Amino acid sequence: MSKFHVSTTVNGDTVEYLCDPRETLLDCLRDKLNLTGAKEGCGTGDCGACSVSVDGRLVCSCLMLGVEAEGKQIETVEGIADGDVLHPLQKKFIEHAALQCGICTPGILVAAKSLLEKNPNPTEEEARYWLAGNLCRCTGYDKIIRAVMETAEELREAS
Amino acid sequence: MDYHSPASFAEASALAANATGITRFLAGGTDVLVQLRSELVTPDTLIDLKKIDGVSDINSNADGSWTLGVAATGAEMSEHAELGRDWPGVVEAMDLIGSTQVQGRATLTGNLCNGSPAADSVPAMVAAGVSVTVTGPEGDREVAVEDIPTGPGKTSLAKGELISAVHIPARGENGGDAYLRFIPRTEMDIAVVGVGVNLRLDGDTVTEARVSLGAVAPTVLLVEDCAKAIIGSTLDDAALDALAAAASAACNPIDDKRGTIAFRTEVAGVLAKRAAKIAYARAKGEQA
Repeated sequence: MSKFHVSTTVNGDTVEYLCDPRETLLDCLRDKLNLTGAKEGCGTGDCGACSVSVDGRLVCSCLMLGVEAEGKQIETVEGIADGDVLHPLQKKFIEHAALQCGICTPGILVAAKSLLEKNPNPTEEEARYWLAGNLCRCTGYDKIIRAVMETAEELREAS
Repeated sequence: MDYHSPASFAEASALAANATGITRFLAGGTDVLVQLRSELVTPDTLIDLKKIDGVSDINSNADGSWTLGVAATGAEMSEHAELGRDWPGVVEAMDLIGSTQVQGRATLTGNLCNGSPAADSVPAMVAAGVSVTVTGPEGDREVAVEDIPTGPGKTSLAKGELISAVHIPARGENGGDAYLRFIPRTEMDIAVVGVGVNLRLDGDTVTEARVSLGAVAPTVLLVEDCAKAIIGSTLDDAALDALAAAASAACNPIDDKRGTIAFRTEVAGVLAKRAAKIAYARAKGEQA
């Protein structure tokens, strides 16, 4: 079976990989590019642990083929911090202990960042609906939502 | 599995017509990839339509109608204020499907071709009178949405045929549409009953109506008796009761843990009334 050569941009870096057309973007990120931040939870688009942004649009990387990434701009959790400086969302998640086991956290950070880029002033209800596709079995969500709402407030004050 | 990304629908059709084994078209992929990964359906040929020009466009036409590309996503529809003003029911139905992440990929055409009787966007499209262009080896034909599904997971599309565009009619004056579904939770679930209503008024009187039911039969239904129950009325209680009775009478649902036959039949009537009231208010120009 022939493999496809894919050239794409991940967190601002041009990257290339060879993939089987059955491999998902998630497989390619983790196994070919060693970007293991995105997690496979369900593999069926239900849990959001594999969330990434593709051309500015939040998607499940398990529901997209690696070969479809050709020429796209992809952002993963690895690109959220600026070097050693954590993104305000990451700081707030630590401050609020908005994670326990941490498996869902990369996906939630990517999804929450995407929310705040589209809507800097979300209501709690909007934030909860936006993140409804990110399942967390540890926290009960409350700390996550508080961290997101406080980050939104902080970013609004800073801008 | 062979992967192709043709540059035109004619080329996509030719690829599918000449393929052997199982062929799947890839638009949003939110159903195709799940079936692929769970090994329910492993296509021999996968034809990605997203490299075709204009396939993600949402265009308003001079006559007030709309043409949507087959890869236009739910998120793009929800962000399109004008489309939402014309056809709030269609847009809301699409928006009910899955999470934010799924909305970033999922499409009307994929929802239709997946062939689920519980597909949320399909009753809304049927009520709205949406049609699709089907491209095949013999050329293009226009098909009403209600004529695409033929049973769970099955469509009327022949080998080599695929949907190449979605056409939503002009909204016109004094019209409104709505879609409601019942699910056992508040978000991220599959319809137990879905109802789409689209109507037009002359003053307070309903002059045109289309009512569609989802998840209560092997395919989404266009129920003429429901339309007859409210056409000529002012949507008074008697008309609403007749509508509910017609909706319940049209049901031929499955019985499962998510909803019994009796429950689905009852709820179809209740939702038909509620959706009709919303569509009526919208046709009157009220926010609903």
